[in-house]
Amino acid sequence: MSYISLSDKDRKEMMAKIGISSLDELFSTIPKDIMLKRELNVPSPMTELELIQFFEKITQKNSYQNYLSFLGAGAYSHVIPYIVDYLSSRGEFISPYTPYQPEVSQGTLQIIFEFQTLICQLTGMDIANASLYDGASAAAEAVLMAHRLKGKSKVIIAKTLHPHYRRVIQTYVKNLEVEIEEIKYSETGEFDLKDLRKKLDDKTAAVVFQSPNFMGIIENLKKISDLAHSVQALSIAVVTEPVSLGILEAPGKLGADIVAGEGQSFGLPLSFGGPYLGFMACCKEYIRQFPGRIAGQTKDVDGKRGFVLTLSTREQHIRRERATSNICTNQAWCALRATIFLETLGQEGLKELAWQNIQKANYALDKLSQIKGIKRKFKGNSFNEFVLEFSGGFEKISRSLRKKGIIGGLNLGEYYPELKKCALVCVTEMHKREEIDKLAAILEEGVKEK
Amino acid sequence: MYPDDFYYTKDHEWIQVKGGKATVGITDFAQKQLGDVVYVELPKVGKKLEFHQSMGVIESVKAVSDVYSPVSGEVIEVNKGLDDSPELVNQDPHGKGWFIRLKIKDEAELEKLITASEYEEFLEGIEE
Amino acid sequence: MIREPLIFEISEKGKKAFSLPELDVPSKKDLLRNLPVRDEIEGFPQVSEVEIVRHFTRLSQTNHCIDVGFYPLGSCTMKYNPKINEKIASLLEFNSSHPAAPLDLIQGNLEVLKTTEELLAELTGMDAFSLQPSAGAQGELVGMMLIRAYLEERGNPRKIVLIPDSAHGTNPSSAHLCGYRVQEIRSNKKGTIDLKSLSQNMTEEVAALMITNPNTLGVFEADIKKMAKIVHSKGGFVYMDGANMNALIGVCRPGDMDVDVIHLNLHKTFSTPHGGGGPGSGPVGVKRMLKPYLPLPIIERKEEKYFLNFDRPKSIGKVHSFYGNFLVIVKALAYILSLGHEGLKEVSEVAVLNSNYVRKSLEREYYLKYKTPTLHECVFSDKFQREHGVGNIDIAKRLIDFGLHPPTMSFPLIVRGALMTEPTETESKRDLDLFIDAMKQISKEAKKNPEVVRSAPHTSYVRRLDETSAARNPVLMWMEKKKIK
Repeated sequence: MSYISLSDKDRKEMMAKIGISSLDELFSTIPKDIMLKRELNVPSPMTELELIQFFEKITQKNSYQNYLSFLGAGAYSHVIPYIVDYLSSRGEFISPYTPYQPEVSQGTLQIIFEFQTLICQLTGMDIANASLYDGASAAAEAVLMAHRLKGKSKVIIAKTLHPHYRRVIQTYVKNLEVEIEEIKYSETGEFDLKDLRKKLDDKTAAVVFQSPNFMGIIENLKKISDLAHSVQALSIAVVTEPVSLGILEAPGKLGADIVAGEGQSFGLPLSFGGPYLGFMACCKEYIRQFPGRIAGQTKDVDGKRGFVLTLSTREQHIRRERATSNICTNQAWCALRATIFLETLGQEGLKELAWQNIQKANYALDKLSQIKGIKRKFKGNSFNEFVLEFSGGFEKISRSLRKKGIIGGLNLGEYYPELKKCALVCVTEMHKREEIDKLAAILEEGVKEK
Repeated sequence: MYPDDFYYTKDHEWIQVKGGKATVGITDFAQKQLGDVVYVELPKVGKKLEFHQSMGVIESVKAVSDVYSPVSGEVIEVNKGLDDSPELVNQDPHGKGWFIRLKIKDEAELEKLITASEYEEFLEGIEE
Repeated sequence: MIREPLIFEISEKGKKAFSLPELDVPSKKDLLRNLPVRDEIEGFPQVSEVEIVRHFTRLSQTNHCIDVGFYPLGSCTMKYNPKINEKIASLLEFNSSHPAAPLDLIQGNLEVLKTTEELLAELTGMDAFSLQPSAGAQGELVGMMLIRAYLEERGNPRKIVLIPDSAHGTNPSSAHLCGYRVQEIRSNKKGTIDLKSLSQNMTEEVAALMITNPNTLGVFEADIKKMAKIVHSKGGFVYMDGANMNALIGVCRPGDMDVDVIHLNLHKTFSTPHGGGGPGSGPVGVKRMLKPYLPLPIIERKEEKYFLNFDRPKSIGKVHSFYGNFLVIVKALAYILSLGHEGLKEVSEVAVLNSNYVRKSLEREYYLKYKTPTLHECVFSDKFQREHGVGNIDIAKRLIDFGLHPPTMSFPLIVRGALMTEPTETESKRDLDLFIDAMKQISKEAKKNPEVVRSAPHTSYVRRLDETSAARNPVLMWMEKKKIK
C-alpha cells in the first residue's frame, strides 16, 4: 500500500520547479559509498486484505483471551465503558500533535487540564502532570525528583514495591549518586515499620512504597509518611491499582508528598503491557522540580479562558541538560482515555467499582483460604489482590488449572524466592461469582484427589 | 540608555558599586532577549560567590538563562520583590529589577569589566 | 462557537453515566473497618453519558489534526496515520493479553516483537534492537546507558558527551541523566559539524558523540564516516538520533555509516499516531558489541517458538514495567509490512521531493541561513519579516488563520527566529501549494500590513493566549470557586 498523494503530473511539475530531472539528484549530498546499493530485505508490499490475513495468522498463536484469568500484578482487567473507545478513536484525538500551538489544540489542552484535576482530586495533591510513560518510570522520576529536592543520596524502597518498578528505578539511578536501601515486609504483608525506623537517617531523601502493595496489602500511609517526615525525607506513595482510590483516602491527606503510579486501570486494555499510563502528582511547593508536561489555565487577548502548556522552562526543550526530566513525548492519548473513563464513571461509579473489587476479592480470599492445603498468607487488608500459600506448592496446581481453562494467579516464587509456594491472585468486578466458585470447586477437587 | 556609573559584563549583567557594596542585575538588552520574565532563582544571603560563578537562573516563558556574578563577594541582600513580581526585571531592569547586593571581595576585579560605552559598542557588534 | 465548559462546571450530584451489574457476592461491611476510607472524592464529576459524548465531541472539534490538514513540523515527521493499523492493534487477541501471561499463550505477541526487531535492524543496518523504550527520549537514555555500561566494564565510563549546537533538547538532557557532562560542538558555515572542532574536542574523556543525521537543519552530515573514525580512534561511540530517519529509508543505513547505536521514533518515521502528545515508541538499535547490555528481557526464537531471556548479567536492566508500548509497535509493524521494500524507499524519495519543492517555492520570501542542500526538511528564518517588526511567532499564528498548522518554531537554536519545515511524503501537491501560498501571503502582509500578522490569530477558537500569566501565576487544576481564596 502507499500513502503517497502525488500524481505523475505533480511529480513532473515539482521536479521542474526545483530544477532537477531525476529524484537521485536530491540525494547528491550523500556520499556514494554510503548509499544502499540493494533493495531492502523487507517483504513485498501488502494490500489491506493481505495485511489483515497476515495478522490474523499471528493472532491465532494467542490463546490467553480464552482463559478465565486471575492475573493482576500491576496490570488489571477492568470494565471499559464503550464510549471510551468510541470517543478516543476520533481522528481529532488520535492524530493531532503535541499542543505546542495552543490556539489550535484547545481540545487536547482542556482534556489534559481535566486529567490533571482528576488525578489531583484522587490523590489529594495540588499539581499533576500530563502523563509519564508508565508506573515504573513514574516511580523512577519521583525518586529522581526527591534526590534533586533534598540533595541527599539515600532512598529507602519497600521490597513490596512491584519488582519491575524496583528494577526500573535501579536502572535510572545507576549513573547518578543515589543509593537504594530496601525495607522488608512484615508477617502481615505490610511495610515493616521496625525495619524502616532502623534504616531511616538524615541521609535519606525519600521513602518509597506501594499501596496496595505487590502482595495486595493496603499500607498504613500515615505511619510511613510520619516516619519519613521525622528525618525530613519525602514520602513517595506508588499506586499501581488506582481504582483503590475510589474507596481509600487520598494519599495526600495521609502525608504523602509525591504520588506516582499506573493509570492502566482507568480505561486502558491490558495490551500486553503497553501503552500504559504513568501519572504523578505532588504538593505545590515542589513545582519547579516536578517533571513532565503541565497544562495551565489562562486567558486570550479577548479575555476568553483557554489552556496552554506552561512552566516549560523545567523541560528538556528549554532547560536541556538541566531539565527536570528528558521526557518529551508522553502518553497523552492514554491520559485522554483515562479522562473519559473517570468522567464516565464519575463520583458514584468509581466508588461502586472500588467497592465491588474489594468485596469480590475478599469473598474469593475467604472461600479459597478455607480449602484444605491452601492458606491465606498475609493478615493485612487486601483491596483486589491477595497471596495464597499452597502446601504442595503452586506449580502443579497451576498446570491442572490450565488444563481446565483457568489461570489461577501469578507464581510468586519467580519474584520472591521465599514465597515459592505462593501465588498472587487478583479478583476484579469482571469476575462473576460463579467463576470464583468454579475456581474454588476445582481447587477443592484437586486437593481431594491427592 | 546604559547608566555611566555601572560596569557591565559580556553576559549582560550590570554592577553598581557604592562604598564596598555592589548591586547586581541584568541589562535592558538581556530582558528584551528573554521576553516576559516569569521566575528568578536567586542565591541565599550569606552565599560566597566567585568571579563569573553562576549565581542564579532567570526564566521567561520560552527561555532560561544563567546569571553570573560579575565579581567575587558575599551576598548580603536579595531582591525579595522579584518573588511576587518578576516582571520588575522587564519594567525596570536597571533599577527596581535588581537581583542581589554583594559585599565585594576585591575592587580590582572591576577592571575585568567593561564601561557603559564599551557595552553599547559590544551590543552593536552582536550578530543578528 | 460555544465555549466548552470544564466537565466539573456541568457536574451535578445525582447524574450518572455508568452502572455495574449488582454485586453478586455477599457484601461484608466490616471490610473497611481498619482502613482509612474516603466519604467522597472531592470535586469528582457527576454527569450523564450524553453530556460526556457532547463534551468530548465538541472539544475534539477545536483540535487541528492530521486528518484535517497539514503539520509541516520539522523533526516531527507528522505523516498520515493509516487507519487499518488502528484496526489491527485493536484485535482482541492483542489488546486483551496480560503482560504476565504464560508465554505459550501469547506466542503471537512475541512473534510481533521479534519480527519488528528484525525488520528495524534490516532498515537501519544495525545488529540488534530493543523495543522497550517508550519514546525517543527514553531511547536516547537507553543508548547512553548502553555505552556507559560498555565503558564501565572496561574500567572507565568517561565523563563527557559531545553534542552539536543544533541538537534537539532531549539529547543533552538524556546524556545528563546518564551521568555525563555535555560539551557543545559548533556547527560550521554549512550547518554541519565542524571536523576540526570535533577533533579538538575528542579526547579519551569523551564517551560518545551524539549526532542527528540528517541534522536538524535537514542537511546530511556527509563527513559522518570521518567523524566516526575520529571518535572511534579515541575509543568513543557514535550515537545517532534517528528522529530524521524519514529522509534515509531505503536510501542509506546508519549501520553502514559506522554508527554504533541509534534510536528510532515509531511515532515519526513509522506513522504511529501522535495522539496529542503520545504514546510513541523509541526502539534502540545497536552494533554487536553493545548487545550484551540491552534491556531485559531479550526475545529469542528457537525453531518457531519464542522465549524471554532474563539471564543477561551485563544488561542495564529494565526501563519499562513490561515490554514497551506493545500496541504502538503492532501499528509500526503493520506499516512496514504494508509499504514493503518499494513503499519504504518511496517514503524518503517523496519526503525529500516535497520538502525541496517547498524550499524552492519559498526561498525568496523567507531567509535561509544555510544555503546547503537539504533533504526532508529545511529551516527558514524570519529575518526579512523582522525588518517590519514581524517575528516567527507572528508568522506561525497567522498561518492558523489560513487553517494551517505552523512549522516547528525557534529550533534549532542556531537559527534565530527559526521556522523548521518538514512536509512529509503523505502531503499532496495541492496541500503543499496551499501552504506555500499562505506563507507568501503572510510575507506580503508583513511588509504592507504587519499589524494583522502581529495580532494573529483572528479566526481560531481562542486567540493568542497569555503564556506569561500562565507561568507567573500557574493555575494547574480546576477548583470550586468557594475554595479559591
